Amino acid sequence: MFWNLPYIAVVLLSVIGLATILLKRNLIKIFLGVSILTSAVNLFIIALGYREGGIAPIYTYAVSENMVMATPQALTLTSIVIGVATSALMLSFAVIIYKTYGTVNVDEIKELKE
Amino acid sequence: MIPGYITTNAPALLIAVPLLGAFLSPLIGKISRDARALWVLAVMTLTALIGYLVAFLVYTEGTLLYVFGATNATLAVPPDSGGIPIRIIFTLDAMSALMVTIAVTVGFAVILYSLSSDSRRSGLEAYYTIFLLMIGAILGMVSTGDLFNFFVFLEISSLASAGLVAYKVEKGRAVEAGLKYLLVSTIGGIFFLFAIGILYGQYNALNMAMLADMIQWTPLDKLALVLVVAALAAKCGAVPMHFWTPDAYSMAPSAVTAMLVVASQASLYGLFRICFTLYGITLNYATIGWVIIILGILSMIIGVTMAIPQKDIKRLMAYHAVSQTGYMLLGVGVGLAVLGDQALLNSYGMTAMEGGIFHIFNHAMYKGLLFLTAGAIIYQVGTSDLNRMGGLGHRMKWTMIFFIIGALAIAGIPPFNGFASKFLIYESVFAFSPLLSIIAMVVSILTLASFVKVFHSVFMGPPLPGNEQVREAPRTMLIGMTILAAIVIISGVFPEFFVQNLIAPAAHALTDQAGYISAVLGGA
Repeated sequence: MFWNLPYIAVVLLSVIGLATILLKRNLIKIFLGVSILTSAVNLFIIALGYREGGIAPIYTYAVSENMVMATPQALTLTSIVIGVATSALMLSFAVIIYKTYGTVNVDEIKELKE
Repeated sequence: MIPGYITTNAPALLIAVPLLGAFLSPLIGKISRDARALWVLAVMTLTALIGYLVAFLVYTEGTLLYVFGATNATLAVPPDSGGIPIRIIFTLDAMSALMVTIAVTVGFAVILYSLSSDSRRSGLEAYYTIFLLMIGAILGMVSTGDLFNFFVFLEISSLASAGLVAYKVEKGRAVEAGLKYLLVSTIGGIFFLFAIGILYGQYNALNMAMLADMIQWTPLDKLALVLVVAALAAKCGAVPMHFWTPDAYSMAPSAVTAMLVVASQASLYGLFRICFTLYGITLNYATIGWVIIILGILSMIIGVTMAIPQKDIKRLMAYHAVSQTGYMLLGVGVGLAVLGDQALLNSYGMTAMEGGIFHIFNHAMYKGLLFLTAGAIIYQVGTSDLNRMGGLGHRMKWTMIFFIIGALAIAGIPPFNGFASKFLIYESVFAFSPLLSIIAMVVSILTLASFVKVFHSVFMGPPLPGNEQVREAPRTMLIGMTILAAIVIISGVFPEFFVQNLIAPAAHALTDQAGYISAVLGGA
């Protein structure tokens, strides 16, 4: 049970993230939801990569030949970088929308609806 | 003739050249606008040449491997890795080669077009950087053989496309469209990453061939497939996740819209690649095939019915793009639905897939052409409202001819290429289920009706007040359109040549899961 704790956190974070994206009307809050969802995935991959008693692949201190593959950590790092880029772009869009429309409420942003 | 070090490293250069060119273009732009234009064109030309070289190598020598960071570029499984292809591997089979060909051809025509169509705008240094980045990302998506690498290129293409969609700002409306696109593709990307995590957790591999070799069709695999299909169907603009398409396609600069079509098709490629190569025969092919068929049919019907009442020329064309995506899903979905049954696959499954894949090729060409003509009209008239155009036929003769070619191709009228691929789809889908084939034909007729209306209101009749001074589009724009129009005609007049040499190998590559696996893992 205890070992499943990270996965339970992943599920909770995903639900919170998705609910925020679907239910909130404020653009900034929707972006927060996206960030929470991204964190959920990152946590998921990191949790997958955990090996009990594994040896970190740092060659200087390695005591044996069998070290843990660092792939999940590498994936998560990449994913975090992509997440930062996405957040930056989304927030800059929000700035422009606030400047031109004067609101960040998605119900009032509907110039394109026909 | 071509030095060996170029041919061996061609798959890496395919990505390196546009990426390097992208980030150097702001620097070159400091010199002068002409220098930047020349630089962007040179980079795109080089990318196109490498793309054709890669495609040629794949079609003549079979699947091409490129292992990044290995001592030998074709050494997929290093001897000290315990049988795991540990590095990022580009795996180009005939299907990838076809997508590369499409991407570089449209990319070249579009860059040429964009050099004059977007020359009046500000902020061009960023524009061309993002444009080349997007082309590089599309090429990466279609050539990679690694799931996580695919995700990275997917995200690069989402970010670049969203940035380009929002590029015009247009009092915030373009940004709104870009935001919608970005949200859809980001959430799709997160789903995709979840799926990667699920697969990695079970099989400890990210390489598609390795995964395809081991996949079991466990409940978790099903969950991963659902996430992947949802993510990529949203990215390729299939109903019910099509709501971003009309906004993004109509708000982006026209050159970008033509490239967005290709970006959507790269997602479609990813969807097919994962269904066929990764899961292949292990998945419940009839069910998944029908899911894809139903997505396709819904896209066709909803796309075309939404297109008919539109008053904005690019919005109208965008809904048609949704509808045409349906044909590709239908054709390949029928192929997937009969994947396990060799007799049915031989009698009509392969033909349906060839039709679907040929339609991807054709759609990229004629839809690109139509968006470019729409862009030329908007460039000269200054509005995208169909009611404020009219009588342009005399002033913009070439644009009109290109529009007619594109419109007849999309409606499936011979001798243009839309007919060739739609005919393959009708014929084979009729053998599968006559009703689906009839729906496809009706959608085609509605498409024709809609384009007749557009043609009439844009080109026929007397020039509206204010449109008397309209002139023909600048020459580089016309050259860009000519390239696409020529391909539309040639592939419509000689469909046999294209189907046999380009499309059939691609369809076979998709169904040949064992071949893909053995190309990477060697004889396994």
